[in-house]
Amino acid sequence: MAVEPSESIALTLGPLAFNWSPTAWRDFYFRIADEAPVADVYVGEVVCSKRSIFTEKLYPPVVNRLATAGKRVIRSTLATVFLPGDRAIVAQLCSNPGELVEANDVAALFHLRGRRHHIGPFLNVYNERTLEVLVRQGADNVCLPAEIPADVIRRICTAARASGATVEVQSFGRMSLAVSGRCYHARAHGKTRDGCQFVCDREPDGLLLETRDDVPFLVVNGNQVLSFTWLNLLGAIGDLRRAGVTRLRLAPHSCDMVQVARIFRRVADEDMSGDEGIVRLRAVAPDATFANGFLAGRPGHSWVG
Amino acid sequence: MTELHFPAPELVCPAGTPAALRSAVAAGANAVYCGLRNATNARNFPGLNFTPDELGEAVEFSHRRGVRVFLAVNTFPAAGRFDQWREAIDIAHRAGVDAVVVADIGVTDYAAETYPALRRHLSVQAGASSVEAIGYYCDAYAISRVILPRLLTTAEIGGICTAVACEVEVFVFGNIGMMAEGRCSLNSYATGTSTNMDGICSAACDVRFEQEADGTTAARVGPFLVDRLASGERAGYPTICKGSYSGAGGRTPYYAFEEPRTLNLIGLLGELIAAGARAFKIEGRQRSQAYVQEVVSAFRSVLDSVGSTDLPHPVLDHVAEAGRETHGAFGGKRWR
Repeated sequence: MAVEPSESIALTLGPLAFNWSPTAWRDFYFRIADEAPVADVYVGEVVCSKRSIFTEKLYPPVVNRLATAGKRVIRSTLATVFLPGDRAIVAQLCSNPGELVEANDVAALFHLRGRRHHIGPFLNVYNERTLEVLVRQGADNVCLPAEIPADVIRRICTAARASGATVEVQSFGRMSLAVSGRCYHARAHGKTRDGCQFVCDREPDGLLLETRDDVPFLVVNGNQVLSFTWLNLLGAIGDLRRAGVTRLRLAPHSCDMVQVARIFRRVADEDMSGDEGIVRLRAVAPDATFANGFLAGRPGHSWVG
Repeated sequence: MTELHFPAPELVCPAGTPAALRSAVAAGANAVYCGLRNATNARNFPGLNFTPDELGEAVEFSHRRGVRVFLAVNTFPAAGRFDQWREAIDIAHRAGVDAVVVADIGVTDYAAETYPALRRHLSVQAGASSVEAIGYYCDAYAISRVILPRLLTTAEIGGICTAVACEVEVFVFGNIGMMAEGRCSLNSYATGTSTNMDGICSAACDVRFEQEADGTTAARVGPFLVDRLASGERAGYPTICKGSYSGAGGRTPYYAFEEPRTLNLIGLLGELIAAGARAFKIEGRQRSQAYVQEVVSAFRSVLDSVGSTDLPHPVLDHVAEAGRETHGAFGGKRWR
């Protein structure tokens, strides 16, 4: 009896959300280009338009290095767009028809409607009809918000397959839980967004917030709020594949992302068990507390073993 | 030369229940907004909202008094549950409401395709915060109005009003909403209940108050302590985004996102009208009938006098959260 071939899983690297120094930023991508087993790399400032000045000049060499290494580069747009600078950056990014762009705000859809693009996790795709509408408008890949549970992912995948799009799910790293017009990093330092002095460059994986009874809870990154816990879906790759997910997204952190990608690759290739992968991942990110609750429809901070 | 003329703005008021709706109408609402008793709206709390029959009666009651009725269908249906949202739009149409307030692209598309003559207002939950984002919804789904997120200054709102092809509605009182609406999963992270999919944030069943040995009261959302209050301290209803947390390294706890306080723009109404805002929204479908009566009356009295030299100054701090008020982002860039 013929066994239905299951689709192979592609690994992608999501946009680097934190404000790293330009050198660290460039070197990170150079190493990803040279060593990481990821197919696609999303590059772009998604959190704060003010930061763009630091990395602007580094895009050509980074994009070139990634492309030369055989990786497809997709440009991610800002998640909040309301300042004149935000709008200009999004318009500029979407103005080159040769560039594949991931939209993280509807402002980008205004520019991209009618041509091929990706939908990022900051845009709300929760159901079949939304997916179908966006695919008709040119989307051919959708990265879902982290809070969507497995049964909903499966239904969205069914609709995506029927309309010729692929579905991507974040599988590693801190989860984005909220974005704002206000900069909470600046606020933590008694500053405002306009006069922030880029204090968000001090913590490479975000500024920790603990509850008043000392439980680590959330992490601030500019105007973004992330989970303290790190998403880890290594143990669910088989289920995700059967649901129809063909792309797993790894969110960049300051730990060794090449090792992270290698572990995910081996587990996805069934060259390593999920359990062993999790043990190895703990060694790569020893300070991380892992969570996977959203997938099971549980609170996102929880770990379902 | 023609005189500069602004159309009379619409005062859009919360109707969590049929009783609150009657209060709002009596107090001078031009329009009321309500939701059905399920996850299709963002105030899906026990004891709130309308049955389809009650909605029909509300429309009849309001229309007889010249007041418009909007139905909020402004959450995001999870795949497999879309029928309930489709049905909500159908119910709105049958009841004869004046507009549906929508956020999900699929729901908006369904409403536009099925009932093109039924006005679509883009909910704040859609998070359309730029001329381009609003332009997308105008072009693709012919929305008649956008409700702006609470992150823009009055000057920026003016820029949007002149550049978009639809009416602009702004919040003028109530919850400050500092996170981009429709894109917040803080509550589902802590409790498993999704604001976007279930229409619930900080549900009573997920909130706990505990008396501590030192006399303070601890407020929790799910397992997480979001605030600790001294005896007698006035507090708002606990939500994660209005919690107080400490930074790493033992920093003194502070309100990391926003203090518990209420947005009150009653002093900015003239500027907002001049900026081009066409409608003013009062938040609070979950609040009491007395709150609705008082806040709506206050805004009615000021709106009726805008432009006159004898502007009333109603005081509302006693209905504000923790007794404190703010202009939030509307007051200027320093809020950010």
